[in-house]
Amino acid sequence: MPNNKAVSGVSRRKLLKSAAMIAGAAAIPEVIYAPAILAAEPITLRYLSTATNQAPAIAEQAFKDTGIKIEYVTVTTDDVTKRIVTQPDSFDLVDTEYFSLRNLVPSGNLKGMDAKKVKLFDKITTVITKGEVNGKKIGDQGTSPHKVLYLEGEHSKKFAKSPTEWLTLIPTTYNADTLGIRPDLIGRPITSWAELVNPQFKGKASIINIPSIGIMDAAMVTEALGIHKYGDKGNMTKAEIDLTIANLIKYKKAGQFRALWTDFNQSVNLMASGETEIQSMWSPAVTAVRLKGIPCVFQPLKEGARGWASGFALPRTLTGKKLDAAYEFVNWFLSGWAGAYLNRQGYYSAVLETAKTHMEPYEWAYWMEGKAATQDIHGPDGGLLEKKGTVRDGGSYETRMAAVACWNSIMDENEYMVKKWNEFVAA
Amino acid sequence: MGTAAHRSIWWLASPLAAVLLLFFAVPLVLIGVVSFWSYTGYSITPAFELRNYAGIFDGCRVGGAGPCVVLSTYLSTLFFCVVVWAITLVLGFCIAYFLVFEVRSSRMRIGLGILCTIPFWTSNVIRMISWIPLLGRNGMVNLALMQLHLINHPLEWLLYSRFAVAVAMVHINTVFMIVPLINSMARISPSLIEAARDAGASWWQTLRNIIIPLCRGGIAIGSIFVITVVMGDYITVGLMGGEQIASVGKTIQTQIDALQFPIAAASAVLLLAFVMLMILALIRIVDIREEL
Repeated sequence: MPNNKAVSGVSRRKLLKSAAMIAGAAAIPEVIYAPAILAAEPITLRYLSTATNQAPAIAEQAFKDTGIKIEYVTVTTDDVTKRIVTQPDSFDLVDTEYFSLRNLVPSGNLKGMDAKKVKLFDKITTVITKGEVNGKKIGDQGTSPHKVLYLEGEHSKKFAKSPTEWLTLIPTTYNADTLGIRPDLIGRPITSWAELVNPQFKGKASIINIPSIGIMDAAMVTEALGIHKYGDKGNMTKAEIDLTIANLIKYKKAGQFRALWTDFNQSVNLMASGETEIQSMWSPAVTAVRLKGIPCVFQPLKEGARGWASGFALPRTLTGKKLDAAYEFVNWFLSGWAGAYLNRQGYYSAVLETAKTHMEPYEWAYWMEGKAATQDIHGPDGGLLEKKGTVRDGGSYETRMAAVACWNSIMDENEYMVKKWNEFVAA
Repeated sequence: MGTAAHRSIWWLASPLAAVLLLFFAVPLVLIGVVSFWSYTGYSITPAFELRNYAGIFDGCRVGGAGPCVVLSTYLSTLFFCVVVWAITLVLGFCIAYFLVFEVRSSRMRIGLGILCTIPFWTSNVIRMISWIPLLGRNGMVNLALMQLHLINHPLEWLLYSRFAVAVAMVHINTVFMIVPLINSMARISPSLIEAARDAGASWWQTLRNIIIPLCRGGIAIGSIFVITVVMGDYITVGLMGGEQIASVGKTIQTQIDALQFPIAAASAVLLLAFVMLMILALIRIVDIREEL
């Protein structure tokens, strides 16, 4: 039972990891008594986001550098949105996705971020600010961040068409998602999204069951099959939604999907246990499978990838010292340490040049330039990620981000789409 | 004096009544009210529209092609309800019978009773994940069957199927049937059974004519537990069915996640009405108050 062995080995490692985390947490109070910090009267910021964007190490380092205490509030992607809309007083700082902004900005519960107070604003990657990488335009379908980056005013409920002083989100992380595969089980090259519904993988494929993201993966498949060319995959017409869902239902009824997944851990379990061989996946989930010693590749595909980006926003009610502290934290976040940490996780950071100064040249070459590792690559927690000589899947920053074909989004026909998605699940 | 006693009874009941009113009745009424409101992606506004209810039944026409989504979802949920209810009833009855009538020492009885609660010693999520190494493609059951040369290829339907959902649901819900049945059986006077035996009744006749009729209350209460849990359980259906099997609860969750609170409220009202009807039907067959 090779798989079972691997699984039990992991839980041991996980246990060690959580023990280390507890030890780390226990170490924090010692810092509190440092005199410099006492004088600064530490301010606590409640930081709302999903688990993927939170790391105790970042909070610890931020406290050392700025004296600001970060208290993480961990919820799922959909719950971040729900919290902002229904309980805007329950956090001081939120890290949310650009695609959610269509629902968040009109609620009026967030305030614009002042570009003048963000020191490194001019250095923020053009992927976010212009939808370009090294001067080249990248895929613009869906909610490309630059389309929703500016507000008409601090308390405006409308996006501005041209740059203003007021920003919706200051980017934290972004990446390009694609399919995860088990190369050891598949044993041949995979180059197209169409492979997700290839009968060869009947009963061994999976697609994400978060409607707004799953429909995009489905659209990539439909387009790759040559069934339909979408005007905008991120904003389909009713007819296009019907067609996409009908196609999904056809494959579901034929038994193509082993399961659907909603939760990060489910996707890891499906892949690690060999229940699936090809599926929608997120980059840290691929890393999680690999850390178990099981081969898993985040496969670049010829039709491109589905981009996503998240960033900081402030609740409308934030004022005074907390507001100043929030800007200070955002500035610290962009100043390099956190960026390097995120880059080592396989995400991309908002300001590349500051992150570079906090990374070793060989690390930068591996993670960002797509070069073979000249030394073993370690994760941010010090664990061994890749052996010397490995090349990152998808290549360099430029190659990976230029491959984005569409961005996560909320469509005009969102309500209709959710209803049709439920039909797919029920079929 | 009679009126004073009456009054104090009311006072004693008032804390519970207040808690129920505040945390049960009021939210329930609110859900009902919101189910008529209108909404956008980021706001809900008071209104009186039937749009949410109409939306649920969209596509349900007589003579339409196949059952509509809401109908097939309810049929699927109802299927699990019937299967799980039938299995837990038989299983629960046998276990309760064994514990009450066959086990002599009360310490043994308590010990075995505690064993029945083992499924609750771990969290729901961990329990679900643990099924993968057991029932999965490379799981223990498949490996054992293959090593015994009973099958050549792993059985796919062991996991992420209706079978898997039913297994997990029976696993969790049997104890809800056992407890009320033990309660009913323990109160059957041994002299009744002795009398039956003295009168020449066989084991089967005693069971049919004495024990089962006297367990009606326990059966009804256990059934209510199992039916209400199964009707609302979308987590088991999701995790064990690989999220490919519809359940009413999952539909509601998807709607809430998409911030469509009013339509989710309408779905919840419908589910509540449906479950209430099922329980009303059950109570009509067995008068629980009389049995207690």
